Amino acid sequence: MQYQIIENAQIAPNVFLLDLAGDTSMVTKPGQFCQIQLPGFYLRRPISICDWDENGMTLIYKVVGQGTDALSRMESGAVLDILNGLGNGYDVNTCGDRPLVIGGGVGTPPMYGLTKALMRAGKQPQVILGFNTYEEIFLLDEFEDLDIPVTVTTVDGSFGVKGFVTDALPADCDCFFACGPEPMLKAVYRKCDTPGQLSLEQRMACGFGACMGCSIQTNSGPKRVCKDGPVFRKEELPW
Amino acid sequence: MVNLSVNLCGLRLDNPVIPASGCFGYGREFSEYYDINMLGSFSFKGTTLEPRFGNPTPRIAETPNGMLNAVGLQNPGVEHVIAHELPEMKRYFQKPVIANVSGFSIEQYVKTCELLNAQEQVGILEVNISCPNVHGGGMAFGTSADSAAAVTKAVKAVTTKPVFVKLSPNVTDIASIAKACEDAGADGLSLINTLLGMRIDLKTRKPILANTMGGLSGPAVFPIALRMVYQVYKAVKIPIMGMGGVSSARDVIEMMLAGATAVQVGAANLVNPFACKEIIEQLPEEMERYHITSLEEIIGMAGA
Repeated sequence: MQYQIIENAQIAPNVFLLDLAGDTSMVTKPGQFCQIQLPGFYLRRPISICDWDENGMTLIYKVVGQGTDALSRMESGAVLDILNGLGNGYDVNTCGDRPLVIGGGVGTPPMYGLTKALMRAGKQPQVILGFNTYEEIFLLDEFEDLDIPVTVTTVDGSFGVKGFVTDALPADCDCFFACGPEPMLKAVYRKCDTPGQLSLEQRMACGFGACMGCSIQTNSGPKRVCKDGPVFRKEELPW
Repeated sequence: MVNLSVNLCGLRLDNPVIPASGCFGYGREFSEYYDINMLGSFSFKGTTLEPRFGNPTPRIAETPNGMLNAVGLQNPGVEHVIAHELPEMKRYFQKPVIANVSGFSIEQYVKTCELLNAQEQVGILEVNISCPNVHGGGMAFGTSADSAAAVTKAVKAVTTKPVFVKLSPNVTDIASIAKACEDAGADGLSLINTLLGMRIDLKTRKPILANTMGGLSGPAVFPIALRMVYQVYKAVKIPIMGMGGVSSARDVIEMMLAGATAVQVGAANLVNPFACKEIIEQLPEEMERYHITSLEEIIGMAGA
């Protein structure tokens, strides 16, 4: 499927916001991802979907290697070949009424679409966003515009609560949703005693369940992060 | 009207395009993208006697014009495949399928092939003696003519369906191993499996793959695969399924000119789920461009 770049702008150090126009009918749940084909690179790049509507979608990605670096240099008007609507996404229906949404660093983007979906489903979400330092913070204004409680933590204390997301956990939530680096997910997994859904990351080839490149062991057997995930329920993870 | 059909050991295929094992799962994910009954056949995920999780992750690394994988034969084991995957597959694929088999001893190859040979959906057995990503089996059988012949002979003794032996390119002389398999009774040969390679992460200064090394596939290997198909075609009389970096209808024609009767498509499926559909749809046009009326007539013509 072809998507046209509307905007591709830096919003934090090495972090870019990519607005795309195109058919998003295959995107059905927050937390899903897409696979972008980049000229000169053999494998596609999996990027989570931050937000979408019927006319297009917003992705936020971090430059971590040559592929994402090439993506960051692409300009408005360019067309990208994208495989869309991949992965299971978050389930906003089978959860409590007071969800806690936890995003860490570049794991924050899908939590924006998720928070909006939770609100549409009649839930009252609270949000914690964790970053290393003040200058790395992004998406905060957008979250605050949703008129819900948002707490920011920074490792160096330059903004919000000093420490990690687990240093700011509220007591009054009945479930959690998390996306971020694996050490953060494991810390959240250990400290939150409510039911939870966690989005994992793995190096992938296909992104749609064919190659077994991203398999993990779970309590219900081997699962593919790309197809059976990337979102897994807490009880599935053998942590 | 051009004729795409080929005869593979008595099996009449509508076209020579066959997704390669390990790049197509059991076909289900692709059947969500298109009707996979348009394929000549497909070779399903490599099956072993016991279930295997495979190697730790990362299992994938990108390379110039290709990729490395070190999946390590993840599969649920032959009993689960027969009880669940094959009946499920029947819902979306009604043609004879190719069962790809791996093992860690001759006994395991024999037992697994025996069980799959008894399944009516299975049209061909593809014995993989060339997986570079497992230790103490796999490629070890494919790198000597004697052990390749021993596996072939043992499997042939317990099976009735055509047996294709899948050969490793990580050898000095692939033609001599091909000949040994033919002499041991193989009905056909599949080549090539992936080439052993590696990448190192400059940031961590360590190999990217948890398994250190993995199998290289994708367009980067196509000329090597083509050369080996050409060499093996000259050395044997049994049919060849050619594979390695095939990504277009032109590549399919080139492989057949080198000596392949059917052509498998691997990594291309992982980058574009419609790869095989597009190749099949483009074949008639490419055939007309090069004045080919029947694909069967061009097999091995490059060396004739």
